[in-house]
Amino acid sequence: MNVVYCDALVIGGGLAGLRAAVEARSKGLSTIVLSLIPVKRSHSAAAQGGMQASLGNSKMARGDNEDIHFADTVKGSDWGCDQEVARMFVTTAPKAIRQLAGWGVPWTRITKGPREVVMNAKRTTITEDDETHGYIQSRDFGGTKKWRTCFTSDATGHTMLYAVANEAIKRDIDIRDRKEAVSLIVENRQCYGAIVRDLVTGELEAYVSKGTLIATGGYGRIYKQTTNAVVCEGTGAAIVLETGIGELGNMEAVQFHPTPIVPSGILLTEGCRGDGGILRDVDGHRFMPDYEPEKKELASRDVVSRRMMEHIRNGKGVHSPYGDHLWLDISILGREHIEKNLRDVQEICMTFNGIDPADEGPKGWAPVLPMQHYSMGGIRTKPTGESSTLKGVFSCGEAACWDLHGFNRLGGNSVSETVVSGMIVGDYFAQHCLDTEIDINTKTIENALETEENYLKSLLEKDGKNNIFDIKLAMKDIMWDKVAIFRDGKNLAEAVDELEELYKKSLDVSVQSKTMAGNPELEEAYRVPKMLKLALCVAVGARDRTESRGAHYREDYLKRDDANWLKRTLTTWKEGDTLPTVTYEDLDIMKMEMPPAFRGYGVKGMIIENELSAKRQEEVDKIREEMEAAGKDRIEIQTALMDFPLQPYYKAKNERFGE
Amino acid sequence: MGRMITIKALKYNPNSKVSRAHFAEYQLEETDGMTLFVALSKIREELDHDLSFDFVCRAGICGSCGMMVNGTPKLACRTLTRDYENGVIQLMPMPAFKLIKDLSVNTGEWMEGMSKRVESWVHTNEVPDFTKLEKPIDPQVAEDTFELDRCVECGICVAACGTKLMRPDFVGAVGLNRVARFRMDPHDNRTDEDFYELIGDDDGIFGCMSLLACEDNCPKHLPLQSKIAYMRRKLVALR
Repeated sequence: MNVVYCDALVIGGGLAGLRAAVEARSKGLSTIVLSLIPVKRSHSAAAQGGMQASLGNSKMARGDNEDIHFADTVKGSDWGCDQEVARMFVTTAPKAIRQLAGWGVPWTRITKGPREVVMNAKRTTITEDDETHGYIQSRDFGGTKKWRTCFTSDATGHTMLYAVANEAIKRDIDIRDRKEAVSLIVENRQCYGAIVRDLVTGELEAYVSKGTLIATGGYGRIYKQTTNAVVCEGTGAAIVLETGIGELGNMEAVQFHPTPIVPSGILLTEGCRGDGGILRDVDGHRFMPDYEPEKKELASRDVVSRRMMEHIRNGKGVHSPYGDHLWLDISILGREHIEKNLRDVQEICMTFNGIDPADEGPKGWAPVLPMQHYSMGGIRTKPTGESSTLKGVFSCGEAACWDLHGFNRLGGNSVSETVVSGMIVGDYFAQHCLDTEIDINTKTIENALETEENYLKSLLEKDGKNNIFDIKLAMKDIMWDKVAIFRDGKNLAEAVDELEELYKKSLDVSVQSKTMAGNPELEEAYRVPKMLKLALCVAVGARDRTESRGAHYREDYLKRDDANWLKRTLTTWKEGDTLPTVTYEDLDIMKMEMPPAFRGYGVKGMIIENELSAKRQEEVDKIREEMEAAGKDRIEIQTALMDFPLQPYYKAKNERFGE
Repeated sequence: MGRMITIKALKYNPNSKVSRAHFAEYQLEETDGMTLFVALSKIREELDHDLSFDFVCRAGICGSCGMMVNGTPKLACRTLTRDYENGVIQLMPMPAFKLIKDLSVNTGEWMEGMSKRVESWVHTNEVPDFTKLEKPIDPQVAEDTFELDRCVECGICVAACGTKLMRPDFVGAVGLNRVARFRMDPHDNRTDEDFYELIGDDDGIFGCMSLLACEDNCPKHLPLQSKIAYMRRKLVALR
């Protein structure tokens, strides 16, 4: 029996997993990171535009603080997020970014004096103060009141990932790539590690640990059209689901980004619009101000994506062999700006479409269309990052439903969440590993190994009727056609039936090559059924949620229904079932710092109010008024409104200019 | 209907006792804007379920898919089939790295070794208080550091390197660029003496024969030639 022991096991080597591993290692724990691929190749590297943190250094960021970042995040989530978690996040984000600066992330810095920018398609001059020269700069992103997104040109995720991976290497963390966790070792509702397949030798190993943290990213690849890397198949969340105990939260909350390039689906960063780029239609007309007079191209992603699709439905799309699309015009920003701050975007446009976006006029316009981009749903955890039901399992980053993003994530909040949750959850996780002694029977480990071994052997031996590649493509088509941006009961019900049928078929396949090692088809054969389970969680969650909230948009239930649907969807999977089991968890308005209201963008008058919202708002107003009159500061008032758990070193006050 | 193209891919599994290295040939129809990512994915889905290769981001960002395309190392995801006039494309795994199978090589292990060898992290005794304002950095210096931080460790410079053929332990342009990057970074307190200890030998900065295939093929267009030359002048002056 091949068994590896460690204190802390981290599955997933992107920013969240590595940052959490650094936390565990720093506390003296023997820490192993497992990754499908060399960790510096993780999808975190693809985050282009930046990381939100309320530093408030630059002119357009002045006056920013945790309160404003919090409010933007809650509105962005369409009140679906956990407000305590949002507070933990916004309080720690400035510390994360400053720590990363010390680790060598070459953040773009402020140059004093005047510089020209494009705002609302017009050139304007911003003059930066002398005292802020050399401090971290920020840019504008959708759904934010201040310019809060800190960046390194348009390769922010790459520079962050390299800095954190290098810190992990420096600390001698045992990083093992080309390793795939295929199941968790569970006994009496507690996890003792994972069964892991070596993707080179094909061998199975048991990793036994005091705690297991899953940071395997999102599940975008269940969709046909996605910006996600090919490894984003959600199998980390699936192995939690397959324990029958672990819960997934809000799986139907899936984000569609407005500006992937057509047809490859490669993302062009939100920084394009943040820096002043605009969207145009078949006539070259800038249409977003017609729909969203205030935020225009910079409303939240769910809103912009829907408006684009609406405009295409109104006949204003540009026809192409790949279907209709719209144009993204960044040429108005000028060549110099593009070649410095949007360089990867330029390279992508040139390589994949033969377009130089710095060329003025229609020649430089890039074809774009909303595609799947981010998974708000994931492994449901408590604010500490520990699974709500499966002891010893923690999760952070996109893999988790912690739940910072609710039903829509703001641009710049995901790459920020990776490191911030890596710090916070990583710390709770490390503490768990320090405090825990495990006692596990070798028979349990042996059984877990044997189960997987037999399963893989059976896949090779089986002479099934179906081809796993066909099933995978069919799943992607169903998700894209029926469970995407616009949803309705009829299509969702069909999707559930079709996916269930596919899931059954996926259990009866034949694999042509009979070798255990280096067999891509075998990998598909055990991954696709896991993906189908996730797809079913998404589709069933979407079918049953008869309201529209954030990115979940039901054409047959257009309103956000706070009276009935202010709750989180929880899905579990009983062994042998072909559909998930769904339950719900209520969000408590009376504990919210910001009770539900209008977001400030999107269509007005589309809320079914919960009577508690007004009641709680009254309470909040009263507390605020009284405390302000008594001369209390914003932090004291916030604490009175909604105290939140957080390690004292992360809760400490953040220093800012002028505060 | 697009033209038919031919992809010849080297197939070999060093872990298998029965596998023999050979070229497999695939014919497929070219689609508009087809990249090798699109072509190889199609081959695996429809023609050969067993063909191994590595893609992650498929956007030229992650550096996973370096391979020899008609003899030249390239990122396959950014290689367009239409650029090959006669429609025949021969694919081989990159040399210099351990072969995993077919077109898949182990760059991860090599790069981790390189990172450890040049101590690819910020060296400092300061532990900044993260509740306080960050240390201000000259904007131009930050930009220059970023310029060198853009390396994606794809391994193309190593696969293209003549020196690497003669000196198996040569640290490669990727390693030398990494040193140049930390030398530029004001957060790193190492001196040229410290860097000399890491790369001041024939497997490091003095080994490079300046053939410059590294810079010619670098998909990120890093200024490898000038950085290597500059550091060599700086470090040779120390002894």
